[in-house]
Amino acid sequence: MPTTLLERYFPVVLQAILAFAIGTLLIGASAILGKRVRNAVKNTAYECGMTPYGTAKERFSVKFYLVAMLFILFDIEAIFLYPWAVVFRDLKMFAFFEMLVFVILILAGFFYIYKKGALDWTAEELKPVQHKIHVDLMPADPVPSEKVTHAA
Amino acid sequence: MHSLWLIPIFPLVGFLINGMLGRRFSKTVINTVAVGSVVLSFLWVLKALSALAPLNETYVEHYFTWISSGTLDIGFDFAIDRLTMVMLLVVTGIGSLIHVYATGYMAHEGGYYRFFAYLNLFMFFMLTLVLAANYVLLFVGWEGVGLCSYLLIGFYFLKKSASDAGKKAFIVNRIGDFGFSLAMFLIVISFGTLDFQKVFAKASTISPEVQYGSITTICLLLLVGAIGKSAQIPLYVWLPDAMEGPTPVSALIHAATMVTAGVYMIARSATLFERAPIAMDVVAYIGLATAVMAATIGLVQNDIKKVYAYSTVSQLGYMFLGCGVGAFSAGIWHVVTHAFFKALLFLGAGSVIHACAGEQDMQKMGGLMKKIPITFAVLFIAAMAIAGVPPLSGHYSKDAILMAAHARAPWMYWVGVVTAGMTAFYVFRSIFLTFFGEYRGKAHPHESPAVMWVPLAVLAVLSLIGGYAFNIPEFLSPVLPMHGGVHDESLATIATAAGLAGILLAAICYLFVPSIPGALASAFAPIYQTLYDKYYVDELYNVSIVKPIANGSREILWKGADVGVFDALVNGAGTTSMALGGLLRKMQSGNLRTYASWVLIGILLVMGGFAVYGGAK
Amino acid sequence: MPANFMPSAAEYFRFAPEIILTIVGTLVMILEAMTGDRDKSSLGYVSLLGLAAAMAAAVAANNDPGLAFQSMIIVDGFATFFRVLVLGVGMLTILVSTNYLSEAKANSGDFYALILFSVVGQSLMACANELIMIFIGIEISSIASYILAGYLRDDRRNNESALKYFLMGSFATAFLLYGVAWIYGLTGSTNLGEIRTVLSHGTAPTAMVGISAALMLVGLAFKVSAAPFQVWAPDVYQGSSAPISAFMSAGPKAAAFAVMVRVFYTSFDSISNQWEPVFWIMSLATMVIGNFAALQQRNIKRMLAYSSIAHAGYVMVAVTSHSAVGTAAVMFYLASYCLMNIGAFAVVTWMARDGEKFVEVDDFSGLAQKQPFVTAILTVLILSLVGVPLTGGFFGKFLVFKAAIDSHLMWLAILGLLNSAVAAYYYLRVLVVMYFREPGASTVNLPPVAGTLRVAMLVTTLGTIALGIFPGLILGFATQSSTLGK
Repeated sequence: MPTTLLERYFPVVLQAILAFAIGTLLIGASAILGKRVRNAVKNTAYECGMTPYGTAKERFSVKFYLVAMLFILFDIEAIFLYPWAVVFRDLKMFAFFEMLVFVILILAGFFYIYKKGALDWTAEELKPVQHKIHVDLMPADPVPSEKVTHAA
Repeated sequence: MHSLWLIPIFPLVGFLINGMLGRRFSKTVINTVAVGSVVLSFLWVLKALSALAPLNETYVEHYFTWISSGTLDIGFDFAIDRLTMVMLLVVTGIGSLIHVYATGYMAHEGGYYRFFAYLNLFMFFMLTLVLAANYVLLFVGWEGVGLCSYLLIGFYFLKKSASDAGKKAFIVNRIGDFGFSLAMFLIVISFGTLDFQKVFAKASTISPEVQYGSITTICLLLLVGAIGKSAQIPLYVWLPDAMEGPTPVSALIHAATMVTAGVYMIARSATLFERAPIAMDVVAYIGLATAVMAATIGLVQNDIKKVYAYSTVSQLGYMFLGCGVGAFSAGIWHVVTHAFFKALLFLGAGSVIHACAGEQDMQKMGGLMKKIPITFAVLFIAAMAIAGVPPLSGHYSKDAILMAAHARAPWMYWVGVVTAGMTAFYVFRSIFLTFFGEYRGKAHPHESPAVMWVPLAVLAVLSLIGGYAFNIPEFLSPVLPMHGGVHDESLATIATAAGLAGILLAAICYLFVPSIPGALASAFAPIYQTLYDKYYVDELYNVSIVKPIANGSREILWKGADVGVFDALVNGAGTTSMALGGLLRKMQSGNLRTYASWVLIGILLVMGGFAVYGGAK
Repeated sequence: MPANFMPSAAEYFRFAPEIILTIVGTLVMILEAMTGDRDKSSLGYVSLLGLAAAMAAAVAANNDPGLAFQSMIIVDGFATFFRVLVLGVGMLTILVSTNYLSEAKANSGDFYALILFSVVGQSLMACANELIMIFIGIEISSIASYILAGYLRDDRRNNESALKYFLMGSFATAFLLYGVAWIYGLTGSTNLGEIRTVLSHGTAPTAMVGISAALMLVGLAFKVSAAPFQVWAPDVYQGSSAPISAFMSAGPKAAAFAVMVRVFYTSFDSISNQWEPVFWIMSLATMVIGNFAALQQRNIKRMLAYSSIAHAGYVMVAVTSHSAVGTAAVMFYLASYCLMNIGAFAVVTWMARDGEKFVEVDDFSGLAQKQPFVTAILTVLILSLVGVPLTGGFFGKFLVFKAAIDSHLMWLAILGLLNSAVAAYYYLRVLVVMYFREPGASTVNLPPVAGTLRVAMLVTTLGTIALGIFPGLILGFATQSSTLGK
């Protein structure tokens, strides 16, 4: 058994050093060995593809973000099943019911987003309801005016 | 049980009825409800007192336990002893008279129902204050009367000066309340209870503190509260401004009842004060200084209500002096007689103002004696009473205070005598300016209706015989033992003579040789101006306290802290990272970054705090 | 590892309020998805019933106090008090909101579900006996409130408010989590009682314990908007819809105070010499910043935001006193604060109307002449906020400062009292405007007070008065359940 602090964390230190070394090596090697060519063609974004047009800061439909977020949510929830599977035998029925509750809750959420049309790529309902829009942004603390005068 | 709770409940019901439904009522109904409720509570006071006579012991009614926290129990209790009885009679009796008067005085004013609703609410809180059997309940009444006073001073809220005066009264009073609440906490700590009887029972076993101690601290803090409510130096500034309210309000709240609450509270806590000689001295000094200062200001004012306002401040100073020299019952006696004649002075002044179509400047009056003879007669009686002419009411109570002061220290007596002379002078100056000579105004003066002068007549009778008929100190002797102050004929004569001399001087200056005042004013212009401008105290407060606070909150906290520190900090740090932050700035609100850096600073501060206090160990 | 994790029925019973709320919340969410475009106010009533059932369960659970789920949950008087409080706040919020949402054409089940979920989190915070549970509770409560803050998606003020709240909130919660990690590293446990035991041995390095306590304090202070972490509150309260501001200024704050008291009184009891001075300074700074900044405000929501900061300062005074009396004061103060603050925001909700056009103090001009009912309500609530006797606010302050003086925090009590004197000024300005001004454009065409809103106003006002006249109603219970970890 390793006893001192350094011994216990030696593998970690070793891995850190390795990672650092490999990173430095690869970047350094390409910097040293690579041949630098600077011209207009080389500086384009996709040297070997089609010519880019427009700006990269395009506005995407909010649906992309929505799907991305839903993916992350369900992805992480699915990951929760792995540790559960490991201890399933030890925990017996308790684990079963716990996971049942968990899955039911996820399904409820899934049902909700499905009904709300979040997964329907062509749905029109996601367009925002037109409320009255107030464009005035919140003012910071107002400039104190002169003393409050009472209506005469 | 004698159902003491009914006494304050009557006006409360009146308030609720008039306040909620009053707008739809005719004036007759409003009058009946408002006046009737106060008269009912006056009658109930009489009934309770006759049933409880001779009231040698305190009678307590416990309704329910209001709050119980740890060892501290505060009951919703009313108590009645002889001191309470005197105050109850004054509050309900004079209150009834002033309510009647107000029905005439306010007849042509807007917001009629509102006025009477507030007035009834005031009565409710004042009676709660007087009946309270512990400090917390007293504090409830104390705050309540302050609120009503604020509402009633600002009654003519369209006038900016009136609403400003209301605010001033409220804010100044909060300073006093602050002292009072601290005093309550200290009482809890020292005695473990806030019940009057228990506190005083425990206090009476303690020997007087020669040195500065906890009881002295309690008394001084109570005094801070009393100073605010009873308009003593240095917190008296609100009372003269409070005259912006309708005249019946000035008479009821700012002369007869509420402002004497401070005196009542000190007398109620007499057992504590007697054990704190240092605090007693402070009470006496403050009272004396206020009496002198306010009297000198009163000498030169031209607004009739201002004169009486400063006179009230000055007379309250007398009451404090009485309490401070140990003659609590003499102080209360003066509360009673002062309630008679000062209410009369104010109501009479109201009648004069009413007659002159709202004019308050005495220089635009004069010669009213023939036009409003009844008002003149009652005001003259009131003036005699306050000047201390025997055998009118003011003579007795003032003498009792001055005797006690002489027993404590002769110089106090002499200062008091001089003040008495000044009092006589300014009151008679107002009488002479108003009623004698030629009329200098433009209105057509007319006598007030009977509903206004009948209460005046009743008060006039009380002012005449009130001192002789009611020997308050003797009556109060079971509650408030009288100390020192043996009656000395020669001292009494000197005090009376001072009053008469003041009257004479006023007569010379304003009746026989009218050129004297002008000549004196120009000869001593600086002094005159200083007095006329009330020693510039308002200006001093404005410059030294009001402005710095207003500016402080604006300049330091808003501009300084928010704009100055945080923005500058972020901007300062930002210049280095400007190249990088320039891009982000466009996408992000600058505010949020300010906030984030604030949070970061906060974290460092909190961790620093833990480190400092943890490392110290 | 114990073979049987199966919790007993008693344990489920102790956790019943949260279970009920979660079920009802999920149900409301599903119903919302199923009902399409129909009127959703019935979902509001379903949520109200759910909250009422949860409250009944919380009260019932107190008959059988104890631990649950491997000591992760504790049911005692303290937890029950705060559970009932946050559930009540949830109910009042729904009462205040329904009409507002209908007017904004945004009445949907999502809103009610979010309120329920947020209340679940707060309820969990109230009964958590373990740092991870506390963290989960805070997160459940916060994430729901972030969404609620930006609930009206097309209102730019809502958007700004939600974004600020979210960014600042996550920022601060991260510190809390960091503190939890430190504590676990130092003591090897996340259970409050075990941490207390380990720390009382004095073997853990003091400086490190101090740092972890400081980090946790940062997260909690942010939630209660105590200085110097109060900066977000004015912007967020002003930008959110008025009913949501009411909710955010009451429920999460009360729950966070519950956690603060429980953690610092239980776990960090042995290092009180370190945190008490810091609390002292923080409470003073909070009171001063809240009150003095409020003096300058013209917008009533912003003014109430600063005032709620100031009130957090008063509660911090009671926390600083570190005694059973102080705990009871915290509980009483928060109860009366929640009532009066939600009541005040209810009036603002009604006054602001669709699109929140009328949120300046001056918009209340002459209200007394037009709407005596609402004026009377607001008058009582404001007097209570000032701390005038016969209202709950007075006894709250009384108990707080009494607790401070009992613990010999004389200066803090004095400065706090001075602060409450300053506060009177900005509150009374509202009264002045209501009573002493002529009605303006904002006070004509006032809508009638809708049924649910009226109920909310009456409940909060009568509650405030009841606490002022009969403080024993809850003070007795608070005093009994104020001995934590002793």
